[in-house]
Amino acid sequence: MKFVGVTACPTGIAHSAMAAEAIEQAAREKGHDIEVEIHGAMGAEFVSPETIRDADAIIFATDANVADKQRFDGKPKVEVKLREAIDRPGEVVARAEKAAERKAGVAAGGAAGAAGVSDEREEDDDLLASGGGTSKGAEVRRWLMTGVSYMIPFVVAGGILIALAFAFGDTVGVTESNVYENFTIPALFFEIGATAFGMLVPILAGFIAYAMADRPGIAPGIVGGLLANEIGAGFLGGLAAGLLAGAVVMLLKKIKVPGAFGKLMPIIVYPVVGTFVVGAVMILVIGNPIAGATTGMQNWLSGLTGANAALLGLILGAMMAADLGGPINKTAYAFAIAGLAGGAFGPMAAVMAAGMVPPLALALACAVRPKLFTNSERRAGQANWLLGASFITEGAIPFAASDPLRVIPAMIAGSSTTAALSLLFGATLRAPHGGIFVIGLIGNWPLYLLAIAIGTLVSAVLVIALKSFGTDQKAVEEATTSKTTEEKAAATA
Amino acid sequence: MPGIDDITNANLIALDLDATDNFGAIDALAELLDRDGRLSDKDAYVQAARAREEETGGTGMEMGIAIPHAKSGGVREPAVAFGRTPAPIKYGDEDADLIFLIAAPEGENNLHVKILSRLARKLIHEDFRASLREAESPEEVMELLRREVQL
Repeated sequence: MKFVGVTACPTGIAHSAMAAEAIEQAAREKGHDIEVEIHGAMGAEFVSPETIRDADAIIFATDANVADKQRFDGKPKVEVKLREAIDRPGEVVARAEKAAERKAGVAAGGAAGAAGVSDEREEDDDLLASGGGTSKGAEVRRWLMTGVSYMIPFVVAGGILIALAFAFGDTVGVTESNVYENFTIPALFFEIGATAFGMLVPILAGFIAYAMADRPGIAPGIVGGLLANEIGAGFLGGLAAGLLAGAVVMLLKKIKVPGAFGKLMPIIVYPVVGTFVVGAVMILVIGNPIAGATTGMQNWLSGLTGANAALLGLILGAMMAADLGGPINKTAYAFAIAGLAGGAFGPMAAVMAAGMVPPLALALACAVRPKLFTNSERRAGQANWLLGASFITEGAIPFAASDPLRVIPAMIAGSSTTAALSLLFGATLRAPHGGIFVIGLIGNWPLYLLAIAIGTLVSAVLVIALKSFGTDQKAVEEATTSKTTEEKAAATA
Repeated sequence: MPGIDDITNANLIALDLDATDNFGAIDALAELLDRDGRLSDKDAYVQAARAREEETGGTGMEMGIAIPHAKSGGVREPAVAFGRTPAPIKYGDEDADLIFLIAAPEGENNLHVKILSRLARKLIHEDFRASLREAESPEEVMELLRREVQL
């Protein structure tokens, strides 16, 4: 094989040279060709574009930033610290071999070769392990899961901090208070948690685009995700923004420009054009219909007020789970809040119960059938017990984002069951939030908990069933399995 | 064209370095550099080398080598001092018995860096390290360096 190595250290006097020598020696021992570019105190002598074009993989051994890294876009990459390259060059070269083979496998399988699809990263995460998948579906799933796995820490940090704010605080006041003007401990928790939560959709969108188009995808994706927040499009809007941003940048990368203009593409054209196109589509194409639909849904719900309790519950519950915190969810929630203000406490109880179901159901499903979920989903699943109990519906988003067509219907079924039961049981709630922490404010709480339990079971059973009989079981296994073949064998066994 | 003799000499080589920890080794080797007239402000240089050591979490490698280094205004002329300890000492997570202390002035001249890179590259090779460990005198080390480390 042919490799290109890139080594860089902050002072650039000795260690980058040592790493270069170590990698060269290890690669040559295994019979590979290698050319190493050393970034040091005297600058770097760049390897030629032809060398990069012919390379099977790029090995980055860097403790400092490397200029013009875009030159390597689209190549399988292995990134390590200088120390790893110096101490264990053999392992580093072995990883480069694997990365190169995986890329070759993707090409042979005829999958859509998005630039840089088989990047290797150090974490034992699932975002890239499915790079060997052959179908378009597996590829899309890898994009979605990349976004999801980067998003999960924000969901967990934000969700748990917000839950703690409600646990410590006055559940009515905490969302209203501004920590900067009126400091309280719960408000502090809430503000930090809410800020983390605000990043959820932008990170999802940004890293979906990253998976598709490599680094140039990030800016258009994140801006698209922020706009999805702005126009109230929720996580489904974020999925759309991320996929759109990735697609736009992939297209831009296809444009071949001669000479000096070529260098301007990654610096100016990708970020400016990519971000503008994505932003414009979000605002002009996606924004207006959502605003219109939200008003329409509100009017429709108001018209339903006289309808029988069970039907209203089914609708409210389905809305809560439809987009897990997006515009449909928010419309149902706003309807319940309006009821609260007008002295109708049943819808509020139903809406909160329905919102608790998706994270609880997914936590349950993860506990019962962990094999159906990826590593990062299983980690998120544990946090979902707390998030669900606290009425942080967004805990379910990572699951819905990576497999929307199975997860969302299953969640809708359980949530609407719970909401309908809650209204039938005559449960009431006089607080707008708080989950299990406001149990004291719930009228008829034993049956209320029963309603939640039933809906949770319904959703959990359905999601397990849909995932078990789904066609891309293999993709889950691949995605769950880490890089090494031994681990892969162990997981399939 | 500077050569290895421009950046080190027998006076900068201590085959029985008296040090029990990484900072001690830096101090002892900096003392050699200072006596050889390579430093204008020894304290400033030692500070910089120690800071660098802390920052990187130790410059030791698994192969028993440590290369503490610093660029500092306290350096008059670029140089490298070499110390060998009878028993390995802790450098970050690793134990090192071959210690190269690099002193570089601000705005380092590239040719010296090239020699240092060449030296660093050599250190990766097992047989070169073995020769350093077996050398019986500073002169023998200098001979080895002259032979192996050239542009």
